[in-house]
Amino acid sequence: MTEPAIEIPVDRKIDTSHMKVSDEIAIQITGMNKWYGTFHVLRDINMTVNRGERIVICGPSGSGKSTLIRCINRLEEHQAGQIIVDGTELTNDLKNIDKVRSEVGMVFQHFNLFPHLTILENCTLAPIWVRKVPKREAEETAMHFLEKVKIPEQAGKYPGQLSGGQQQRVAIARSLCMKPRIMLFDEPTSALDPEMIKEVLDTMIALAEEGMTMLCVTHEMGFAQAVANRVIFMDQGQIVEQNEPKEFFNNPQSERTKLFLSQILGH
Amino acid sequence: MSDTHAQTVAYVRSTMIEAADPPSSQTGAIKWMRENLFSGWLNTVLTLMSLLIIWMALAAVGPWLLNSVWTAGSLAECRAVLDGTSGACFSVITDRWHQLLFGFYPPEFYWRPVLALILLFVALAPVLFTALPRKLLIFTALYPFVGYHLLWGGSVWFPVSAALGFVAGFVAYKLLGKVNNLLAIFAAILTPVLWWVFAAGAFDAALSSVMPLGLEFVRSDRFGGFLISLIIGVSGISLSLPIGILLALGRQSDMIFLKTVCVVVIEFIRGVPLITLLFTASLLLNYFLPPGTAFDLILRVIIMVTLFASAYMAEVIRGGLAALPKGQYEAADALGLDYWKAQRLIIMPQALKISIPGIVNTFIGLFKDTTLVVFIGLLDPIGLSNAIRADTNWNGIYWELFIFIGLLFFIFCFGMSRYSMYLERKLKTDHR
Repeated sequence: MTEPAIEIPVDRKIDTSHMKVSDEIAIQITGMNKWYGTFHVLRDINMTVNRGERIVICGPSGSGKSTLIRCINRLEEHQAGQIIVDGTELTNDLKNIDKVRSEVGMVFQHFNLFPHLTILENCTLAPIWVRKVPKREAEETAMHFLEKVKIPEQAGKYPGQLSGGQQQRVAIARSLCMKPRIMLFDEPTSALDPEMIKEVLDTMIALAEEGMTMLCVTHEMGFAQAVANRVIFMDQGQIVEQNEPKEFFNNPQSERTKLFLSQILGH
Repeated sequence: MSDTHAQTVAYVRSTMIEAADPPSSQTGAIKWMRENLFSGWLNTVLTLMSLLIIWMALAAVGPWLLNSVWTAGSLAECRAVLDGTSGACFSVITDRWHQLLFGFYPPEFYWRPVLALILLFVALAPVLFTALPRKLLIFTALYPFVGYHLLWGGSVWFPVSAALGFVAGFVAYKLLGKVNNLLAIFAAILTPVLWWVFAAGAFDAALSSVMPLGLEFVRSDRFGGFLISLIIGVSGISLSLPIGILLALGRQSDMIFLKTVCVVVIEFIRGVPLITLLFTASLLLNYFLPPGTAFDLILRVIIMVTLFASAYMAEVIRGGLAALPKGQYEAADALGLDYWKAQRLIIMPQALKISIPGIVNTFIGLFKDTTLVVFIGLLDPIGLSNAIRADTNWNGIYWELFIFIGLLFFIFCFGMSRYSMYLERKLKTDHR
């Protein structure tokens, strides 16, 4: 694997030189462990994410990568260790959890839009009820972000009337409406048809260019190469290897990483 | 290449054909009948048999209905008028309709239940149709007190002091809500209870003596007929939905104590026949209450019917909750919505929508089950039909009374069923 044939599925190479990473720490995870019953899903996770960093997490299925980012906004509870998001430690304190959740946006594999609300209502719900933003202002913000993900004309429709790619872009806009400081992506393109993957990746790249702190669980290695400044490889609940994308893809160190890369890039 | 071939290839149409009507066998009634009634020999046989049965039923009932007597004063008079021919004697309805509707409610006050029914529809309108202005909901909130006062009467200050308890609870919640949420909830429950127990009676008595306002009091044992079915049915329906929602949420809760209580309540009440609960209400409940408390029988029945329907409602709603994908909960959580906001804005609107057929099913069942109160001596329409038959004038009349009672119930149940279909159509946003 001296020269893996990675094709970037986006139509432009991204210039990442202007995307500054600050010294400020956004997420700090130390000695974190998690069990599902007796099954040890996450083992001694240590990682630091700086503000403005774009991290791609990859690994075979069942390696705990989704669980890891779901711990960051407490959709999953960890049993040992420490997670500090934006200066707030995640404990059983509901106030802290709600505080972290309103600062951290999350995009799901299956979009999870609210089917009984219009696109616009999906986007304004949380700002109005959590941030107490006036309705008119929330709608203006929502339209701004819907324009950003290039579907303002769908605002009045219901999620069921949109294609998968459009729904995922709405889901991104919905998260952005809360003006989060960190965005988590849990396999955002895995449930999409190939032609729709590009429109979602384009949206994510645009977001990265604006300096958003991003953690993406994804198998889109082209995306990882184009925008990530770190790639984390996980297996059996542990961080096996992490490196800059160029080094990671061209010069993987661990045998497990080499095997994984050869499998997903081999065809 | 032969000439014929060339001719078949090159062709120019000289005149255009106008659109023509399809043959008569392909349109209108004939096509419809051919497709729906006579599409094969089996269907043809079934169609003919059905027609035969319908004709036989009409032949049996039709003359009886058409030949009915509406003006006689007793069954014997009816028979004299009919003179041996078959015919219905609906005179019993023209003679006794007011009893079937109002029981022994004083006739000079019939306007009160009628007004209460009209106002009930006014109060329901903003709940049923979201297009109406939301301000009307204020009247909906006040209706229980207005309705109570119209039906039972007495001093106007009694429902007012009862309502003030809720106001006091709301004020306490608002004041303490800024300090501590949990404290505010406790205060919101405790303040009204304290008010009702210690202050409400004195307040009522004081104002009643200073300013005696109100309608004449009508005792509960004067209530009867369809009025009592409606009182029990409407109270049961409007209370069982919120209680059912809370029980369903409690059953799904992580708090083990709350969950156990809800499971026990639901399983116990579902496992017991309604009639035993009604007997408990009429006979046993007074043993458990402090001596001297005169607890209205209608109120006791309402409590039991509500509990019974709530247990079923909880299970229907649990079905709706279970049908929601886990992702909906996660998305609500991830956006920072707290438990109650997520339930109210995301989970319940969808779960209730899924449960509409089951909920309305329970409502209709509850409404018809109100006729069971006949067994504990309340004079609902069925009880009154017995009472009417006890009169020598109408001894031996069955069908006409039951047709009338059945029709009354059918109108309300059919209305509920139609409304639920309208609601399902309106809320259909998934476009699958």
